Amino acid sequence: MIKVGWFSFTCCEGCGIIFLEILNEKLLEWKKKIEFKSFRMLSKENFEGPFDISIVEGAISSRKDIEKLKKIRANSNKLIIVGSCAITGYPAGLRNKFDEKRKKEIKPILREFGHLDRVLKIEDIVNVDGKVSGCPMQTEAFIELFERSLKEFETF
Amino acid sequence: MHDIVMENLSKMEGHVSLDVKIRKGKVADVKLKVSENKRFYTQAIRGEYALNIPTFVSRICGTCSIAHLLAATICVENALNVEVSEQTKKLRELAEISNILRDHAMHLYFFCLPDIFGKESIFEFTGHEEKVIEKALKIRKVASELSKEIMGRVVHGINSRVGGFIKIPSKERLKEIEEKLLSVREDVVETLDLFSVDWNLESNTNYISLVNEDFDFTEGIIKCSDGTYIQKDEFANYLHRIILPYSQATSFKMMGRTYLVGSLARINLNKSALSKYTKDAKKYLKKFPSRNIFDNILAQAIEVLFCIDKSVNIISNIELKKEEPAQILRKEGIGIGVIEAPRGTLYYELNISNGYVKDGLIIIPTAQNLLKMEQDIAAIVEKNINEERHKIEHEIEKLIRAYDPCFSCSTHFLKVNWI
Repeated sequence: MIKVGWFSFTCCEGCGIIFLEILNEKLLEWKKKIEFKSFRMLSKENFEGPFDISIVEGAISSRKDIEKLKKIRANSNKLIIVGSCAITGYPAGLRNKFDEKRKKEIKPILREFGHLDRVLKIEDIVNVDGKVSGCPMQTEAFIELFERSLKEFETF
Repeated sequence: MHDIVMENLSKMEGHVSLDVKIRKGKVADVKLKVSENKRFYTQAIRGEYALNIPTFVSRICGTCSIAHLLAATICVENALNVEVSEQTKKLRELAEISNILRDHAMHLYFFCLPDIFGKESIFEFTGHEEKVIEKALKIRKVASELSKEIMGRVVHGINSRVGGFIKIPSKERLKEIEEKLLSVREDVVETLDLFSVDWNLESNTNYISLVNEDFDFTEGIIKCSDGTYIQKDEFANYLHRIILPYSQATSFKMMGRTYLVGSLARINLNKSALSKYTKDAKKYLKKFPSRNIFDNILAQAIEVLFCIDKSVNIISNIELKKEEPAQILRKEGIGIGVIEAPRGTLYYELNISNGYVKDGLIIIPTAQNLLKMEQDIAAIVEKNINEERHKIEHEIEKLIRAYDPCFSCSTHFLKVNWI
């Protein structure tokens, strides 16, 4: 079974919802060859894996996020990032563009919850092996990349 | 008995953790820590072009994207005195129905069913359990097709504008979808029994929702179970915002009391309007009004049936014609937009000046439920105080899941740690 993990950082989880939409068609087929080792929305989360393919949505906005992301990278053969937040840092990182007045207003909350001064995109922290852009991620492009990746691990 | 700390609870939307302090066999404190990192949308909308706000705020949430988009659209129209056509109103109602149908089906079949079948996840389902999931996928698919036909996309729709729609759905396509809705109806009726769970946690609760004679999610007046009716534009005045310093979300009280929004509230408060449409749910509707939070699950299942019946009703009767969105002439104003999102009453308030947002307020359904959730967690822990740790944790997760919380939304405004 190909070991897959889905991880959501700071985002609306819309890419995850698109993945669920894709599962409307693909679940019965993919279930036969995939083991979801981490998928908080449908089962349980775990960062140890190991994972053949990990998919990450969302931007990085806290120190905890950085540690989790590094763990995912270390434990994943292939890391695919999806959606605008993961790839560009926006719109999750809207606060990066706040004027001084709003930055001051939110500072106490950032301090309290260990947020970074700036919201980062995934590639600011780790290297990735594939990307699917869009807000939300483009459905067809994701299916194409994901199924291509599954094939790589099938023949292995 | 030691304290309970649970992190990153699963089978729900968004990130949440939990601390429960136990002293002498009683729950001394509950902190529901929404650990979903804040994205500060309430601050981010300031200075944005008002007509862009709906698309902007749809990104608050991936699953109730349509609800945010519609509520914000109605809000901007209210602020700028924009009148929309009856066709636009009907299409919006249909869009929100499709949203609730799809979202409830996700919660019921993907998040709750594992608890009902005693399994970790849908991936472990076998035999007849798998058959139920196959039905669920069909139901979700038709809901998505309906969302897509009206909004252009399921997540972060593109056909809607302030003033109306830039692309009108085709009646032929809607008729096709109507056929599919009717084809899954039987499956939905069959699963009502499955979601009629015998789990129980009762309490005196103030239930709140938008109500109207047609169970229209996009119209009405706010009703409270104590009998109070509140005009939409007065709603925020009745609420007292409670800062939860340990949580990245705030919550609310009304007149000093915690309260509940969502399916259970909607059916408790307006059963008669619903029962016009869902004849096959008569036996299940007898349970309502219900004081049992776990009946939120059955309430959602009944609303799934309602969504099918009401959308078929609308599609049968709708006359669609090509029309442009209404003109927008004003640039100033303060307005409100209130709709019933899947998880409850969603409230938008915007202050628009010279075409740009000066300030705004967004009151999220899940945020309104957080304090009540904490009270119920305390109750469920005390009810199970003599059980094994992992059983208590499971009961807590089951309870939180019954609420169908959306933590991605609620930031606006479970690894158990036994100490």
